[in-house]
Amino acid sequence: MTAPAAPARLGAELVTVGYGGEPVVRDLTLDVPDGLVTTIVGPNGCGKSTLLRTLARLLKPTSGRVRLDGDAIASVSTREVSRRLALLPQSPIAPDGLLVRDLVGRGRHPHQRWFSQWSPRDEEVVERALRMTDTWELRDRALDELSGGQRQRAWVAMTLAQDTDLVLLDEPTTFLDLAHQVEVLDLVTRLNRERGRTVAMVLHDLNLAARYSDVVVVMKAGAIVTQGTPTEVFTTELLRQVFGLDADVLDDPRTGLPVVVPVAGQAAASGGTVEGSASTAAASCGT
Amino acid sequence: MAVLHAAPLRLGALSWLVPLRAALVSLAGLGLLFLLVAVDLSVGDFPIPVSDVVSTLLGGGDEGQRFIVMELRLPQTVVAVAVGAALGLAGALTQTLARNPLASPDILGVTDGAAFGAVAVIVLSGASGYGGGLVTGRLQELGLPLAAFSGAMLTALLLYLLSWRRGLDMQRLVLVGIGLGAALTAGTSYLLVNSRIQDAASAQVWLSGSLNGRGWEHGRPVLLTLAVLLPLSLLLVRSLNAMLLGDDAARGLGVRLQLAQLGVLVAAVGLTSVSVAAVGPLEFVAFVVPQVALRLTGGSRPPVLASMVAGGVLVVGADLLTRAVLPFPLPAGIVTAAIGAPYLIWLLVRANRRRTA
Repeated sequence: MTAPAAPARLGAELVTVGYGGEPVVRDLTLDVPDGLVTTIVGPNGCGKSTLLRTLARLLKPTSGRVRLDGDAIASVSTREVSRRLALLPQSPIAPDGLLVRDLVGRGRHPHQRWFSQWSPRDEEVVERALRMTDTWELRDRALDELSGGQRQRAWVAMTLAQDTDLVLLDEPTTFLDLAHQVEVLDLVTRLNRERGRTVAMVLHDLNLAARYSDVVVVMKAGAIVTQGTPTEVFTTELLRQVFGLDADVLDDPRTGLPVVVPVAGQAAASGGTVEGSASTAAASCGT
Repeated sequence: MAVLHAAPLRLGALSWLVPLRAALVSLAGLGLLFLLVAVDLSVGDFPIPVSDVVSTLLGGGDEGQRFIVMELRLPQTVVAVAVGAALGLAGALTQTLARNPLASPDILGVTDGAAFGAVAVIVLSGASGYGGGLVTGRLQELGLPLAAFSGAMLTALLLYLLSWRRGLDMQRLVLVGIGLGAALTAGTSYLLVNSRIQDAASAQVWLSGSLNGRGWEHGRPVLLTLAVLLPLSLLLVRSLNAMLLGDDAARGLGVRLQLAQLGVLVAAVGLTSVSVAAVGPLEFVAFVVPQVALRLTGGSRPPVLASMVAGGVLVVGADLLTRAVLPFPLPAGIVTAAIGAPYLIWLLVRANRRRTA
């Protein structure tokens, strides 16, 4: 997979960002390639979510800048950003009794004014978002009555209703069982393939990242270690170096994509090395 | 269950989504409010039939009836409606902002700040008190509402500053507010204990929240504030809807979070402080009314307009109860508190059950 010739619409340039104390992400440069699914992976606390939130303008870098369509994102108005870039936060909250249709309708917020709160266009886009995510039948149900997977599909529908080319998803599969994780990520793939959305997301599960990404970005201690196609990125060496994990990388016979298989029993066999590398990872990522 | 949905309302390029159940509840509430107002105007030393009250309001009636209804009774009833609506709106705004039913201006200490200011003026101005007539006459007349207003505003400012931690922390807001309220109540008690018995008595009357003898001079500031802050609140409702999904989601949807939070707080505190300045602390109105309205309209947050209507109904109802039903005169604030306190307990017990269930 080669990088596109034109500069990507969204990117970070030498970004340093934190929450007041030590920076969590340091001098990081990343292009989110247009039209592809990019997944950021890395050990806990290595700055994945911080990076994604910075890309969405939720955090302000202490130095460097995020670039959106050639402009510094800080100079673009909140409303304009929300018309070009949608974000699904890590743990969004919904009030009790909120209906799926109302949640998805909120996605239209950036396109509405006080005098135009439910145009035919709003209605059309919301219906399309509901249908694409298979939540049309659930539209009159309260969000808190749904299963985890259904609920997450409704949230994806909301970001879809925002009608932006760029979609950022912060751990969209957290707290879901495997079948629902696959369901949500299949939906993300369709967003990308059928609707041409550029997707950048944070995932925990390396095998799902390998299965569903065009580009994988591996982070450790606030910096990018490597990036590329899943096949390029996932190697036994990298897994040991970044995650402190002894694992075999096999080829999925169906897709040809890499599959990460942790080597069981290593902790007992060579406790010293694993413990050592794990504590290195913890030290480098502890925030 | 058949769900009653929102219906689109479109006029050319203009469009809104009207939540049908909330609209119906608000309309029914308005009808009830009108009925209560008519009955409230009809009772008193010279009872006037409700039908005559209605025709007087519409421009009919004889001179005597006109005088009693329009001059003597209407001002107090209008104050009751305006204060109820203002408090209902203020509570709906803060409870939605903080995503917490406890976050109403009376629980957050704003009302206690107003009470502290007012009691300070009463005690210091007491002719025979050790304040020695520091504040008297015209100044006292003007000073009491002004002191209440300033007390509420200062408390709100303090609340805002103390709740700030890399942005407005809503959980912190509630805790800080409850703490401030307790401190201010202690301050008020201190003033009362150290005051002359006459001053303490008159302060106590003010503290129970009374509609008795309220005229246009009390109603005008509340109505003016409503005229300014209601449109602002309605503009902020869209942002509030997005803010209910969490700070990150709201900003992702294009809400200018800090501006919207500040706007909501300014509106709520403005409405509360003019209300308290007008009639004293009507306990629990801002707290209870939005929650009742929420349960009636069945939405996902306290409804703005229905809360205003319900606030009017509760306060006019309390006025009517104290003037016509109870065998002895009682300040309206005691009636609203008598309804509000058990409701608070019920709400807490219910929340507890749901968590353990």
